[in-house]
Amino acid sequence: MIAFLIRRLLQSLLVMLVVALLGFTMFRYVGDPVAQMVGQDTPLEERDKLREELGLNDPVYLQFGRFIAATLRGEFGLSYSIGRPVNELLVERLPATLELSLIAALFSLVVGIPMGVYTGLYPQRWLSKVFLTVSLVGISLPTFFIGILLILLFGVTLGWLPTFGRGETVAIGGWTTGLLTASGLQSILMPAFTLGMFQLTFIMRLVRSEMLEVLRTDFIKFARARGLANRAVHFGHALKNTLVPVITITGLQVGSIVAFAIITETVFQWPGLGLLFLQAIQNVDIPIMSTYLIVVAFFFVMINLTVDLLYYVVDPRLRIHREVAGGH
Amino acid sequence: MRLKTLLLAGVLSVAMALPGQAKTLKFAFQGTVNSMDPYNLNETFTLGFLGNIYEGLIRRGPGLEIQPALAERWEVMEPTRWRFYLRKGVKFHDGRPFTADDVLFSADRVRADGSDLKTRIAQDTKVIKIDDHTVDFVTSAPNPIIHFEWASWYIMSKSWAEENNAVKPQQATGTEENFATRHANGTGPFMLVSRETGVKTTAKVNPDWWNNAAKEHNLTEVVFTPIPSDATRVAALLSGQVDMAYPIPVQDMKRIDGNGTTRMLVGPELRTIFLGMDQSRDELLYSNVKGKNPFKDKRVREAVYRAVDVDAIKKKVMRGLSTPSAMMIAPGINGSSPDFSRLEYDPQKAKALLAEAGYADGFEVSMDCPNDRYVNDEAICIAVVGMLAKVGIKVSLNAQPKAKYFQKILAPKLDTSFYLLGWTPGSFDSWNPLYNLHACYREDEGQGKFNLGGYCNPDVDALTAEILSETDAKKRGALMREVWGKTIEDIAYVPLHQQAVAWGVGSKVELKQRADNVFRWRHVKVQ
Amino acid sequence: MAAAARIRDSLDRFLDSDIWFSFKRSKVTVAAAIVSGAMILAALIAPWISPQNPFDPAALDLLDAFTPPVWYEDGNPRFLLGTDDQGRDMLSALLYGSRISIMVGLISVVLAMAIGISLGLIAGYVGGTIDAVIMRIADVQITFPAILVALLIDGVARGLLPNERHDELALAVIVTALGLSIWPQFARTVRGSTMVEKNKEYVQAARVIGLSRGLIMVRHVLPNVMGPVLVIATINLAIAVLGEATLSFLGVGVPPTEPSLGTLIRIGNDFLFSGEWWIVIFPGVTLATLILSVNLLGDWLRDALNPKLR
Repeated sequence: MIAFLIRRLLQSLLVMLVVALLGFTMFRYVGDPVAQMVGQDTPLEERDKLREELGLNDPVYLQFGRFIAATLRGEFGLSYSIGRPVNELLVERLPATLELSLIAALFSLVVGIPMGVYTGLYPQRWLSKVFLTVSLVGISLPTFFIGILLILLFGVTLGWLPTFGRGETVAIGGWTTGLLTASGLQSILMPAFTLGMFQLTFIMRLVRSEMLEVLRTDFIKFARARGLANRAVHFGHALKNTLVPVITITGLQVGSIVAFAIITETVFQWPGLGLLFLQAIQNVDIPIMSTYLIVVAFFFVMINLTVDLLYYVVDPRLRIHREVAGGH
Repeated sequence: MRLKTLLLAGVLSVAMALPGQAKTLKFAFQGTVNSMDPYNLNETFTLGFLGNIYEGLIRRGPGLEIQPALAERWEVMEPTRWRFYLRKGVKFHDGRPFTADDVLFSADRVRADGSDLKTRIAQDTKVIKIDDHTVDFVTSAPNPIIHFEWASWYIMSKSWAEENNAVKPQQATGTEENFATRHANGTGPFMLVSRETGVKTTAKVNPDWWNNAAKEHNLTEVVFTPIPSDATRVAALLSGQVDMAYPIPVQDMKRIDGNGTTRMLVGPELRTIFLGMDQSRDELLYSNVKGKNPFKDKRVREAVYRAVDVDAIKKKVMRGLSTPSAMMIAPGINGSSPDFSRLEYDPQKAKALLAEAGYADGFEVSMDCPNDRYVNDEAICIAVVGMLAKVGIKVSLNAQPKAKYFQKILAPKLDTSFYLLGWTPGSFDSWNPLYNLHACYREDEGQGKFNLGGYCNPDVDALTAEILSETDAKKRGALMREVWGKTIEDIAYVPLHQQAVAWGVGSKVELKQRADNVFRWRHVKVQ
Repeated sequence: MAAAARIRDSLDRFLDSDIWFSFKRSKVTVAAAIVSGAMILAALIAPWISPQNPFDPAALDLLDAFTPPVWYEDGNPRFLLGTDDQGRDMLSALLYGSRISIMVGLISVVLAMAIGISLGLIAGYVGGTIDAVIMRIADVQITFPAILVALLIDGVARGLLPNERHDELALAVIVTALGLSIWPQFARTVRGSTMVEKNKEYVQAARVIGLSRGLIMVRHVLPNVMGPVLVIATINLAIAVLGEATLSFLGVGVPPTEPSLGTLIRIGNDFLFSGEWWIVIFPGVTLATLILSVNLLGDWLRDALNPKLR
């Protein structure tokens, strides 16, 4: 157990190092931070001086070393374009992204699981076929296109829902929430739907195939043979058995929700991490970009590690045997 | 002056706000204000935004006319000595009085390391305190337009900065956040309340503003939201979530104007969009022509000029909202003249000129273009590529976000053969574009710093220098006419058009639009 | 003659098979196959059937811009589906755009297959440290959503490549980014199947008669893992096309002078509110139809090859 734990931790550490290198390389060579920090009229000598002071003229390995050291200390520096500490900015934006991701995940679970159960139990009914078709359309429409169409319909044509932002937010301690105000709740509907749509179809299909598989097992056949009611068989036995993989995989999908939030947040101007990241790309704001990358990677690695450990605890033989679906 | 100041019908029947009634203006812009420090970034929107909170010695009115602000009046004692008489009884937002010390402090701070507005006052200009409300500016050479850009040089409080450790502007290299980045203490009609960078900035009215007796606005609060996406910004305005939004993409104007609850406010902007060509290198960096530079040949430059159908661009790309220009400055800039006219669009003649210059089969060249800087910049470039293809010049387009674009084409790299750029003279005077865009490139002096194609005509340089120090307005006008004639004759650039300032406004709001695209809340009335 | 007979024979066998039967039985699948087949064919022969070459700037006339589809009053019979903001014929742009989208999708899937299959085979067959290293990389990468990985790779490439060659290399960069972001799925599947296959008797036998490892892998193991690979390939074709569209929509994909479907949507998005709906809706619908039919095929293929789930 200890050896396994240490090995996994070391591997995770290695992954983080590679990610840091990747982030550093990417952002060191994309765009010119100096051009972004100064105005059009700033003289050349000023630019050169700034470049020197920022250490952008030093050898690359030195810059990378500095980068790692600062990251380990939890110092991500000041944003080039905003002039504020990056970690503060991230903390400020985190609630928006987490709330959106959470609502989207809940939405996809609450709607996706029943749909999946239904289509699994009654594969031949017309409603199942409707569900399956809808889910296919959901997978086939690009996220950004769904968002645009929703804005056009509910925001502009019908005027029912706000088209951007979080609405009014309430601060509770350091956390800002939009879930306690009417405008905040209205604002989250379209983005959460857009973001949850892909996960919903994914979960529905997963539940469906798990149900189909479980219903075929001897265990269910025996249950039926014992004379249990359909209801008890379906929900007491079959569903319960499908839930373990569903929950695990959903957990892993949280990572992809966070990544897809970049697109959704862009379309709806949702003031979260994804929007901050994309705006940072446009502004060539290196500290924000690399910090986002490292934070997100850390998040993914932690999820991965947790799932690995859980599997190990549940069944040591299962160690590496798990299937994760990639997003589009 | 052809520059239209778009005043809105000022019927104020309902507009007299009841005392104590909240009047909130909510507006959206495509970019954001990253720092509240007024010397942090030399950029139109940032400075325009801060101009509602901070004030300069002078200010510009709705028609861009110079008005007294923190200086009540000024006089030229001798050509190199200007005296400014400061307004008395003015207080900063936190109650500190405004005095000559603050002006001296601000003059130092704006020229300090980390400031992006160092050009506002020459380094060798001396600022001398005569008494608490009188300040002299002594220059090394006569400069009749010394104060033209001071409407965006804002005065900060000396004692406030000292107490809060904000004496110097934010250093990009620093690790500590500067106090002035998130706090503001100006003398203007509005005071900063709260700020969430990139999300929302709130300001409220300043009850003690020196000009409250004559104020035009009826606001109590202003909420600014940055919305970078065009479609989202338009949707926010259409759905009534904001009262005002800009810029509005040209294609969406009809929709905003046609629905009864919002309307468009459009006027020509002072920015001129133009094409530049590398005329200095002996061989183009990006071309299949080796051993010579086709753009050195004036006939080739004329061919490019005549091949571009600027009216088609106006009609289709700009939807009628551009003013084709013969000059590199907009009407309304000091020195502009209606006497110049564009060369006719004539692809046949363009082909003939190319053949005459030895390029009967055309040639290939790369074009650099921004895709998020000017109105429909990328679409204009694609259109130009198509038009040049028709006369045989095969252009490959390299369109990029502005951050990468400017890094590539601006000095010192000048890494371009053919590019699209826009220019607004911050002083609203001809000298600025002549010196920056047309004077021979001299790296050490900053002269011709944005003359990316390396156009160079010593006569133009000499005339430009004369214009700077000539104090007689009439003689100055004649000089400007002469020098513009020379550059147009040389086809130094291919001017395209002035784009439009396009603001979308809700029906509850009345405001005044400025041709430099600056939004002043003090002209706003909300019903 | 013998060859022809053999072909007819295998065709007969195919027409008699379960797969063909299940294909015929599912009308949706047949429709999806016809639609995707037609779209791929149209994209292939685009240069010969489009009314205009939309990638040739000299062929475009700015004054034709914003022509509505032909059934509108001010439509123009030259432009059946109207034109975009540059005067590009929409129909031609769709044909050429699908061509680029499909090409990007196919090549990146082939790239991912090449990488994934070889690494999967090696990992599964050789085992040990090599296996551990390869699969750990795959494990880590697979937890990152493909689109994020593609964004990163695209960003690195853009940063490292010289500025002026972006457009020429843009397609190569996207293909690489997408290919590298989906290879682990192939590697995993192939590795799993390989580990099962390598202990089977026929592989043992091949080893006994002295065939080399490489030969065994390619000739004996590979054909037996192709079923699941085909399923993953089909599903990932849809994912790759969608990925290209998303990258292009975010502005880091195919340049606008030679637009793909995603780029067309990005351009058209600007005109959504202004009434020129055809500039965004046609490419959007084309893209969705393409992906939908490929997804349907993939779905059917998965069920057909995995009888357990039928």
